[in-house]
Amino acid sequence: MRHIISVVVENKPGVLTRVAGLFARRGFNIESLAVGTTETPDISRMTIVAEGDEQDLEQIIKQLYKLIDTMKVFDLPADKAIERELVLIKVAANDKTRQEITQIVDIFRGKVVDVAETSMTIEIVGDENKVSGAEKLLTKFGIRELVRTGVIGLMRGSAE
Amino acid sequence: MEISGAQALLESLKHEGVDIIFGYPGGVLLPLYDAMYANKDIKHILVRHEQGAAHAADGYARATGKVGVCLATSGPGATNLITGIATAYMDSIPMVAITGQVATPLLGRDSFQEADLTGITMPITKHNYLVKKTEDLPRIIKEAFYIARTGRPGPVLIDIPKDVLVNKIKYKYPDKVELESYKPNFEGHPKQINMAVKAIAAAQKAVIYAGGGVIASDANKELKELAEKCNFPVTTTLMGIGGFPGTHELSLGMLGMHGTAYANYAVTECDLLISIGARFDDRVTGHIARFAPNAKIIHIDIDPAEIGKNVRVDVPIVGDVKKVLQALLAKLPAKEKNQPWLDQIGEWKKKFPLSYKKEGGLKPQFIIEELYALTKDRETVIVTEVGQHQMWAGMFYQYDKPRNWISSGGLGTMGFGLPAANGAQFGRPNALVVDIAGDGSIQMNIQELTTAVNNRLPIKIFVLNNCFLGMVRQWQELIYDRHYSHTQLCNNPDLVKIAEAYGAVGLRVTKEEEVRPAMEKALAINDRPVLIDFVTAKEENVFPFVPPGQAINEMIID
Ligand SMILES: Cc1ncc(C[n+]2csc(CCOP(=O)(O)OP(=O)(O)O)c2C)c(N)n1
Repeated sequence: MRHIISVVVENKPGVLTRVAGLFARRGFNIESLAVGTTETPDISRMTIVAEGDEQDLEQIIKQLYKLIDTMKVFDLPADKAIERELVLIKVAANDKTRQEITQIVDIFRGKVVDVAETSMTIEIVGDENKVSGAEKLLTKFGIRELVRTGVIGLMRGSAE
Repeated sequence: MEISGAQALLESLKHEGVDIIFGYPGGVLLPLYDAMYANKDIKHILVRHEQGAAHAADGYARATGKVGVCLATSGPGATNLITGIATAYMDSIPMVAITGQVATPLLGRDSFQEADLTGITMPITKHNYLVKKTEDLPRIIKEAFYIARTGRPGPVLIDIPKDVLVNKIKYKYPDKVELESYKPNFEGHPKQINMAVKAIAAAQKAVIYAGGGVIASDANKELKELAEKCNFPVTTTLMGIGGFPGTHELSLGMLGMHGTAYANYAVTECDLLISIGARFDDRVTGHIARFAPNAKIIHIDIDPAEIGKNVRVDVPIVGDVKKVLQALLAKLPAKEKNQPWLDQIGEWKKKFPLSYKKEGGLKPQFIIEELYALTKDRETVIVTEVGQHQMWAGMFYQYDKPRNWISSGGLGTMGFGLPAANGAQFGRPNALVVDIAGDGSIQMNIQELTTAVNNRLPIKIFVLNNCFLGMVRQWQELIYDRHYSHTQLCNNPDLVKIAEAYGAVGLRVTKEEEVRPAMEKALAINDRPVLIDFVTAKEENVFPFVPPGQAINEMIID
């Protein structure tokens, strides 16, 4: 099963290595990992997407808690989480296709952020499905380059 | 007044009650060694290999319950500590390892003798630090000792660049540790404790399974009280040896791969297994799905990550073993003896005692029995290396008190015993310290004989010399068709001469009747180490033996 794990850690050197190393040592494949500071500058939040069954997940959460710099760990359940990812796609474009591409981008509420003679660069924000959907539709034009930030997520509502 | 980082380090260690460090110097540590030149408060023991320093600090910690401290220089010195740190990590031993590092401006440039020690030790330390500024040093030392000894104990590494040792600061030692995110849970949850009380009340055939956590939290009294109050038999892990008196009638000895038959049968048949400070290691459980198949499991451990890691648990209790047992005992009504269960266990004990065939050369088990007979009335610390001798030392010697059995359980480190015995002897100067060794293991850190000789440590090294890497040979015999591939040590050096060359006493024993007199002679020597080379039966095996992958009741008994 796919899990989104949110890890709140002290913003210190080496913490990212500790967390990532822990996943690697236990044979967990990290699908994506996004890190940034929070409302408190000396605290960072990592959002990690990984595959594993419930038991694996429980163990990884407990192991994460064992790290001295870990403050909190959440498993973000799909139905209670807001999940977003930003993707930049550079797609081949010409006079004939530019319009069609723009339409697709509009449907996905994306943005064209750069236009050149033979390409367009598009920014799309959304959950994994939306991003993958857009990617699929744009494939036929020829994707030159693509970069995804990895998922970030928060629990809905006021409670955590 | 301003003092240097090196002096601040020594002051901080003093604050933590450190009176001994095991170390080895090197370039980046010169400021520290210079500060030690005039220092009278902390004794520095010069070892002959940094691995010896780590194991000595570890042995000291295991024998005393205090935090052991070792010190090594940057690069090769520091990497030589690794096996010792990993050993302490696997057995949850409180240790602080201090390493020198190249000066901060040289960091990350592949400078001479630079190694990324915080990177290397991340998976084998409870926590580690690279100190960037001298001002941080006192706080980091304070935190390191706190982390090493609280919660589930473990090694903490502090990597200190040379300039951090040289720069000066206004020294003040913090009185409090402020770690936002590290807050071990000491008290067991009352609801869980009530559930345990209920499960205990309902149990007919219970077994207590005690591990190193009992010793780490000084809970042997509470464990004994629990066992006696409920009349539950107690089996221990290798790390738990001494946590419950081995001579007690409720003692089942060790369980698992080389456990007693009666412990393994009892665990397989029990309806309640109370795991106390133990972690369901694969050497204990054997085939996991067939481990204690009919039992409800109560699991008491300070480390939440241990609970549910290897087995399903019915009543998890996270907390310090001593505190949890005290709370449990306060609520637990006395329980009537379940005589049929105890009778059944008595029958297994009678039918499958620990034993060995007496004929066919000098038997290692006999040597351990003789040692026990000779030393049981005095304070004796048995340290071991790793192999068959280790198992025999665990089985055929009885340990009635904690911290008298010191052995590398989790990592199984050959070469651990001699340096750990040195550390134990420093920590317990009045105890008789015996390193029970194999001819393979003893050659891994034999240079530490010098450390023992120089410090007039009266440790005894009893080598059970079977001219084999015995434990590996046993597996080759039983599982690999007697293909003794690279396990024969027929070209061993003369260990008696080696001992003598180091300035220790060397003795050789080849016959049963020489065993006792040689031991008596060794015990009478108090100003230097003694090594006895016991030439034993070559192909003796450790039984019972649960072949890998089998359930623990599927033992080869002899
Ligand atoms: C550092 C290290 N290397 C290898 C091993 C694998 N190993 C486990 S037991 C053993 C043989 C030990 O031989 P010896 O010390 O002679 O003891 P014996 O089993 O003969 O009593 C070996 C090689 C180990 N545990 N540790």
